[in-house]
Amino acid sequence: MSAGKPHRRKLGTGQRVLLAVPFLWLLLFFAAPFLFVAKISLSQAVAQRPPYEPVFAWSEGWNVFVEKLGQLSLSAYGLLFEDDLYLASYLGSLKLAALATLIGLCVAYPVALAMTRAPRSWRPALIVLAIAPFWTSFLIRVYAWIVILKDEGLLNHLLLSLRLIDQPLQIYATDWAVLIGIVYSYMPFLILPIYNAIDRQEPQLVEAARDLGASGLSAFWRVTFPLSLPGVFAGALLMFIPAVGEFVVPDLLGGSDTLMIGRTLWNEFFANRDWPTASAVAVIMLLVLLVPLLLYERNEMRISETRR
Amino acid sequence: MTGTLRKRDVAILLIGFAFLYVPIALVVIYSFNASKLVTVWGGWSTRWYGALLDNAQVLDAAWLSLKVAFLSGVFSTILGTMAAIVMSRYGRFRGRLVFSSLIYAPLVMPEVIMGLSLLLLFVALDMDRGFWTLLIAHTTFGLCFVTIVVNAKLAGFDRSLEEAARDLGASPIGAFFQVTLPIIAPSVIAGFLLAFTISLDDFVIASFTTGPGATTLPMRIYSQVRLGVTPEINAISTLMIGTVLALVLFGFALSRAFRGGGGAVGRA
Amino acid sequence: MQQSLVRIDGVSKHFGDTTAVDNVSLDIGAGEFFALLGPSGCGKTTLMRLVAGFETPDSGSIVIDGIDMAGVPPNRRPVNMMFQSYALFPHMSVAANIGFGLKQAGMGKADIAARVADLLKLVQLEKLGQRKPDQLSGGQRQRVALARAIARRPKLLLLDEPLAALDRKLREETQFELMQLQRDLKIAFMVVTHDQDEAMAMAQRIAVMRAGQIEQLGGAREIYETPATTFVAQFIGEINLFAATVERGQVMRCAAPAFTCRLPEPMAEGTAVSLAVRPERIRLTRGEPQGGEIALSGQVMDSVYLGDVKVWRVRTDDGGLLRVSAVNSGNGTDDIQRGERVHLAFAESDIRILPR
Repeated sequence: MSAGKPHRRKLGTGQRVLLAVPFLWLLLFFAAPFLFVAKISLSQAVAQRPPYEPVFAWSEGWNVFVEKLGQLSLSAYGLLFEDDLYLASYLGSLKLAALATLIGLCVAYPVALAMTRAPRSWRPALIVLAIAPFWTSFLIRVYAWIVILKDEGLLNHLLLSLRLIDQPLQIYATDWAVLIGIVYSYMPFLILPIYNAIDRQEPQLVEAARDLGASGLSAFWRVTFPLSLPGVFAGALLMFIPAVGEFVVPDLLGGSDTLMIGRTLWNEFFANRDWPTASAVAVIMLLVLLVPLLLYERNEMRISETRR
Repeated sequence: MTGTLRKRDVAILLIGFAFLYVPIALVVIYSFNASKLVTVWGGWSTRWYGALLDNAQVLDAAWLSLKVAFLSGVFSTILGTMAAIVMSRYGRFRGRLVFSSLIYAPLVMPEVIMGLSLLLLFVALDMDRGFWTLLIAHTTFGLCFVTIVVNAKLAGFDRSLEEAARDLGASPIGAFFQVTLPIIAPSVIAGFLLAFTISLDDFVIASFTTGPGATTLPMRIYSQVRLGVTPEINAISTLMIGTVLALVLFGFALSRAFRGGGGAVGRA
Repeated sequence: MQQSLVRIDGVSKHFGDTTAVDNVSLDIGAGEFFALLGPSGCGKTTLMRLVAGFETPDSGSIVIDGIDMAGVPPNRRPVNMMFQSYALFPHMSVAANIGFGLKQAGMGKADIAARVADLLKLVQLEKLGQRKPDQLSGGQRQRVALARAIARRPKLLLLDEPLAALDRKLREETQFELMQLQRDLKIAFMVVTHDQDEAMAMAQRIAVMRAGQIEQLGGAREIYETPATTFVAQFIGEINLFAATVERGQVMRCAAPAFTCRLPEPMAEGTAVSLAVRPERIRLTRGEPQGGEIALSGQVMDSVYLGDVKVWRVRTDDGGLLRVSAVNSGNGTDDIQRGERVHLAFAESDIRILPR
């Protein structure tokens, strides 16, 4: 009715508290840390604790603060441009994440479509089946593929005993294994949005297309598929963005030549203890992911707005 | 759609779900393998579970992970439910865009970035890394998942139910606890379970934000996996899968019980 | 009208740029059956929500039972509401729903049970106390909502489109039950509705609202017979509206259909007015009508059979279009068909002069 027109509201005291607690939490523990990443990316690595300088202390006063500001440098970023390793890592990440997303879409779309064609009574069970792997440990799901793909693993064991091959397949420790691992791990993120996007459509739309002379296939390509694209888009972003920064999959399934930026960051941090370089890697990764991140945010907000 | 499941669709579903489940099933099956060689079947046995019970390191790590998962699940649920109310009820307030960006971004943020940034914050704040920093880190991303789950439920919530409670004499807080919360309880429980399992699973962020003496189960598993595949890892994995499965089933039963008479919420 | 129970004084409410309620003043008497009638978006629901306390007025005051309601939250007002969706708590039994308000008031368990039993009896749902709302029919849910809303014995009961969700047969039945209940309980009722039949059948007084303002306030007969504005005339029932101009002091001239008539009171020459005539006040005949009235002739464009009434649309020879209706009494005019030439007649006293 006439009430509830969109308008800016003044919030009461109780409402402010409700807003402030999660808001401040996220500002402090999610947003603010990026400032420290940015700051340390401008520092220099040293062999002490903490392993970078300058270290600002509030007690030192304004003059020391200004003096230390002068010690900030772009040297970590310089390293990123000098050494090919980093560029190769960024490109490798983008390539593998994009390929995995494409392959994933090709696998997930038919599954999601088939789910929408299942009898109503099956649907809840199918949805649970599609999400459940997400609830089981990521690490374990990746580990399962080591068991399968290793040279002496279950897949080679099976193929050899069936005499389909006579040399073990070399999949483990290659980019192929990384692709399989990423596709597998992120599959639930793809199936669900696509399923929702197809399931939301009025069944009459396809019927109308058929009534107007479209074949089953062309009704799909010209009605169902275009209408499901927002779901495809949402799922693809949901998979692509974290996949770019993936560490576990390339580390456990990839070879030593599998260059992904998440793994490079990890090594800078844990193996080389080079915090400034690790931070610079993170800053550049964020910049690379900025556009997909903004697209994802806009997409999610639009979905949640229309739902209200 | 009318449910005209053709043979082709059945085949796609079977292949799709086989892809999702065969790897997990293999881990579970081989955890009962008597042989020490992972790929050779040596008959059924539970010896690796027995071996686990003697592994104090694994048990300590599991206990720590469960503690962190439970507590961060609770905090995430409280904060996330608050955030969901803000998201679904406040309309357009100043800062809404920033607020919802902060909710959505952690869901896709690469874990190495979140882990590194949180660590640098803890270092800057001079906090001792360990149990508490783990708890903070896990609560931070857990609360976003809870918010999404609860917000979806609140978006379909008939606000006149709350108004009816207020009209009948309930205070705002009374209306929330007597009417809103019982109705959204299934999604709050689902949110808690999600936050719990994500915390239990987390390896990357935990590696950054924990300190000496606080090794979580995924960290322990990871270091064992790096040394090579062993039947013991299969056994731990199976136990983790079993724990999560039991929790999810328990959660389903619990939300059923809350819902009582059935799916009345959508219709009211 | 008995003593005033609710006094709404100069109340306005804006949502962003839209004005939902615009400087409305209104009194509702104790024990009165009052209706707010208007199309959707006219502000009637907002006005009701202002009284209930779900919205705060931007200006003006609402006094209920001698107490200014400014700053009083909904839970502390002597007012209860029956929601359009009924808003039954899906997780509670029927009995728990009805007892909810009593529990908030701190009543003891035994007292609540006794009162709930009485209320269930009153709405004839004695056996259904332990059911959940989703196990009830639409009519039963409506009764539960009603019982819940009167459980606290409010001074004023607000009913938001109380019959809208019921099917037609049940609606009429429930209408009479609501009127009976209101007389028995001696609670003032304020009904919000977009259905003129509902308002006219039940309410002692009706406020017709439009664009946040009250267009007319009065009994059913008053707003139907003597509408104050063209909006009210058109919103309540069917009406023919003709544009006319005041000529030479005492006469009005209407262009299409062309006729003149006398003014009951003098008006300034040249004033543009609307003339309103109800379709049932126009007589339709095949032969010449009797003198002393306004007479027109024309051709039947449409003839509609509605069972109890017949409706015609007639194009007069000078291009005017009139709607005429007659009770299906079985006399000669009932079978006038499309295309026939007819005569129309009505009395000057049936014309209502409205500002244009």
